[in-house]
Amino acid sequence: MNGMFGQFRGTLFAALLALIFTIAAPSILEFFTIITLTQVIGLSILALSLALIWGYGGILCFGQTAFFGLGAYSYAIAAVNIGGSTGAMFIAVAVAAAFAAVLGYFAFYGKISDVYLAVITLTVSLIMYSLIRRTSGPEYKIGDALLGGFNGTGAPPLNVPGNAGAVLFPEHTFYVAMVALILLYVFCGWLVNTHFGRVCVSIRENEIRAELLGYDTRAYKLGIFTVGAAVAAIGGIFFCIGVTRVTPDVFSLGQASLTIIWVIVGGRGTLAGPVLAAFGLYYLTASLGTQQVVNTSLVLGIILIAFVLLAPRGVVPGIEKLATARRAGRRNRAKERRMRLRKPRGGISEDRHETG
Amino acid sequence: MTINRRKFLAAGATAALAAPFYARLGLADDPIKFVSILDQTGGLDIYGRPMVETTKMAIDEMNAAGGLLGRQIDLKVYDPQSSIQFYTQYATQAAAGDRADTVHAGITSASREAIRPTLFRYETLYFYNVQYEGGVCDINNFCTGSTPAQTVEKLVPYCMGKWGKKVYIIAADYNYGQITAQWVQKYVRDNGGEAVETEFFPLDVTNFGPTIKKIQAARPDMVMSALVGGAHVSFYRQYAAAGMNASVPIASTTFGVGNEHRLISAEEGNGIICAYSYFEEIPSEANMSFVKRFKDRLGDDAPGLNELAARSYEGAYLWAEGVKAAGSVDRMQVIDALRTGIGYDGPSGRVQIEPKTNHAVQNVYLAELQNQSFNIIETYENQPPSDTLLVCDLVADPTQSTFKFENGLKAAGIDI
Amino acid sequence: MDLTLSLILQIFYVIANLALISLGLAIIFGMMRVINLAHGEFLMLGGYTVVVATNNGVNLWFAMLVLAPVVVGAIGVVVERLLIRWLYGRMIDTLLATWGLSLFFIGIITTIFGASTSTTISPPLGVVSIGEYTSSGYEMLLIGITAGLLVAVYLVLKYTALGLVARGTMQNPDMAAALGVSTSRIYMITFGLGAAISGFAGGLLAPVTGVLPTIGAIYIAKAFITVISGGASILAGTASASILLGGINGVVTFLTGPTLGEVALLAAAIILLRFMPTGITGRLFRKSQ
Repeated sequence: MNGMFGQFRGTLFAALLALIFTIAAPSILEFFTIITLTQVIGLSILALSLALIWGYGGILCFGQTAFFGLGAYSYAIAAVNIGGSTGAMFIAVAVAAAFAAVLGYFAFYGKISDVYLAVITLTVSLIMYSLIRRTSGPEYKIGDALLGGFNGTGAPPLNVPGNAGAVLFPEHTFYVAMVALILLYVFCGWLVNTHFGRVCVSIRENEIRAELLGYDTRAYKLGIFTVGAAVAAIGGIFFCIGVTRVTPDVFSLGQASLTIIWVIVGGRGTLAGPVLAAFGLYYLTASLGTQQVVNTSLVLGIILIAFVLLAPRGVVPGIEKLATARRAGRRNRAKERRMRLRKPRGGISEDRHETG
Repeated sequence: MTINRRKFLAAGATAALAAPFYARLGLADDPIKFVSILDQTGGLDIYGRPMVETTKMAIDEMNAAGGLLGRQIDLKVYDPQSSIQFYTQYATQAAAGDRADTVHAGITSASREAIRPTLFRYETLYFYNVQYEGGVCDINNFCTGSTPAQTVEKLVPYCMGKWGKKVYIIAADYNYGQITAQWVQKYVRDNGGEAVETEFFPLDVTNFGPTIKKIQAARPDMVMSALVGGAHVSFYRQYAAAGMNASVPIASTTFGVGNEHRLISAEEGNGIICAYSYFEEIPSEANMSFVKRFKDRLGDDAPGLNELAARSYEGAYLWAEGVKAAGSVDRMQVIDALRTGIGYDGPSGRVQIEPKTNHAVQNVYLAELQNQSFNIIETYENQPPSDTLLVCDLVADPTQSTFKFENGLKAAGIDI
Repeated sequence: MDLTLSLILQIFYVIANLALISLGLAIIFGMMRVINLAHGEFLMLGGYTVVVATNNGVNLWFAMLVLAPVVVGAIGVVVERLLIRWLYGRMIDTLLATWGLSLFFIGIITTIFGASTSTTISPPLGVVSIGEYTSSGYEMLLIGITAGLLVAVYLVLKYTALGLVARGTMQNPDMAAALGVSTSRIYMITFGLGAAISGFAGGLLAPVTGVLPTIGAIYIAKAFITVISGGASILAGTASASILLGGINGVVTFLTGPTLGEVALLAAAIILLRFMPTGITGRLFRKSQ
């Protein structure tokens, strides 16, 4: 119990740091960086959503981008039709969550698990990618909103709630996005410490045992999956506002893989890790694009490969492990923690090749 | 509390935004800042890389000749990696961070539409040097590439006269392909022909077998292609492999701009007729010198030159002509100067800004592919951007910043 | 009638194409549970081998049938020794590693050859006529080669000592190791073989689709879905999933167009996995290879 509360205290501490960063941002960052941060925050919320359902729920969702993109598109379409951003945000979250509930019901109650669930969700994202790219003609409209096919469609900026004319400047949108990220982070940190969250973690650790203890594991998985989709949708909203457009690429295999990679890089079983990984990889990629010496893909590829070999458990668990190991005299606890981290988090059975 | 804080933040941010613009005016001896944002990695690199090379060549030549207004030009190149989110990132960085004097950027219309509003808002001059569907009506944005009405209007009647009146249209499934197909249908009809079928393909399709069977069943006199990108190159190969290139010839306004004519073999490509405002093979002295300088610069690795690459070079020079005429790099002064009918005589011939649309009046060439190189067969000089002219008049209203064809032609009031 | 016949051939070709691009991935995934996100780049490297070799005067058939699999197979072995073997026991991390690998290959090929490479190859063998309709003779040959490749892999797995050991390692690596099999060596050979078959496929497809450094992205999603839909058995899985998904894709593409053809393929995969959650061969043909 103590450990659980300790974990949530850590979450609150990280949230406080993020809040300080938000307030200090104008004095430590350049203006253009603040403007462009909104889209990165959107991506990091996507990372957070997968950190929740994969890292804690044990559901490897390869197509988390389906909900991210659905959130972005629903927001853009609803905002154009309503003429304001506030209601559109609620609609976008509701659409993504409802879709996830249906898809999750289809999958979990059909006993689909492991890599097959990963592929089904990825396939759903790719279907959306193909379908939305088909909508380039002027006949593809929802209300007043053009779908735009390959070129995508414009995403209206945020406005002050209740006053559609009072559009927020990009630098103000940054504050809204940052506060949303902090709140969602605290929410996820709280959720995994509730009874519901602990049952989800126990299902991740051993689904059959949880079932034998009388929990309807399908319902719990469906629950956390739907929450994760809603969080991803909020990420999609801020992403498209930051980019000012939403294009089919939000559903692409590249974006889907990148989302998985944030969680691997940041570390499974933490919430802050994947969020930081999304920020880190984005700015790494962006800064590589400003140089002309070597091919961007080449450098990025080498960095990722080196990372797998050198930091096998992701950044945050790696640091945690170091910190834990230093607390001499409490070896037992350190050992316990290491054991916990080594357990498979993902859907793919890892134990098969332990000896290979 | 929220409102107070928001007001406080708004004031702070406005100050942060305003300060650099005062600074911009003071420093006359600093280099002029020229930013280029073009994809050099990812799927669009086949277009972006030659464009970056010619831009670099233009700036190097200008600097070697003493720069502009006695100042050197500092070229900064960003690689958005075929990803829209990095276009927004770099455009904001160029405008609000680097405080660029001009930004030459964008390949797809999606990328242009992601950055055009940003550059307009931060008052940064913007050049888009790519062949596209037309319809941008923006005082701050000069679109120097050819548009479908310019090329299709010449290509369709020429090929119908040569091959026959039944046309099968295939096009990439996005705004550019859709609008180009509409112009093809119009000119086919205007010239007494029939468009038997119009088919659209997502940009990642590589298997054209079913379509080739459909073309065989429809028995057209010619195929009009507006296919785009690396995957679509497969069409020309599979078409030839089915023996179709011998019986039903192909015309295109998009073949060659992604180096397609060198990605397929000579036998597969022979006889394809294309229309652009530039071909590497234009026999003028200006062009031969341009091609030679480019090849000397890059040696054996030099990519093929096409409209996008040549226009990036000419776009940089066109901007330089504007700066010279204005005697300043100030955005509004350069815009006004460019709209007075200034032109640049480059490798493609004369390129001149048409003031109602901020688009270019340019030459259009028809060429036939033989042995992986184009033979120029027709030249039409000084073609106006007739499609954009139908919907845009910046002389009457110079405050506009819209993209009129985003919704297709009909929504813009063009009924064809 | 002629149209029907030539359409059936066309659908066979779509199926063969799908099987060809998936088989290398199926071997690596089926035997090692490594999700190889650089699979598309192995195909691309096969294509580049053929284009570069023929541009330097090598015979096209030799380049396609011998050079491409050998070169890419060798690259596969190097990749396995330098990278993949450190990741056994943490299979999810291979996603990240192979994603990095895919970017690395695209980057290095672009750096060496530029964003596009001139070619002179075109599909050999001319044209096959069925009444008024013509098809590419080479595409017909590809159907045959794919069938032959599937049979060859089957024979290797079923009747050779290597195949026996490989199947044993796949079923129970601990037991195989206890019996004196060097599982490390088996994994190296498997990965090399998977890469070689991908290179072979990429080389064969080069005359049909051409090559670009970024062409791999086009194949990877389809290959991945085919392999998972196929289920645990490499050969029967790949073959049955290719027939089902390729058939649906071919028919729908002809009836409506390429987008819905793609969507039909993906939707079929979802429905398939809903009712056979472990893939086709998880439910049917359990004993097959």
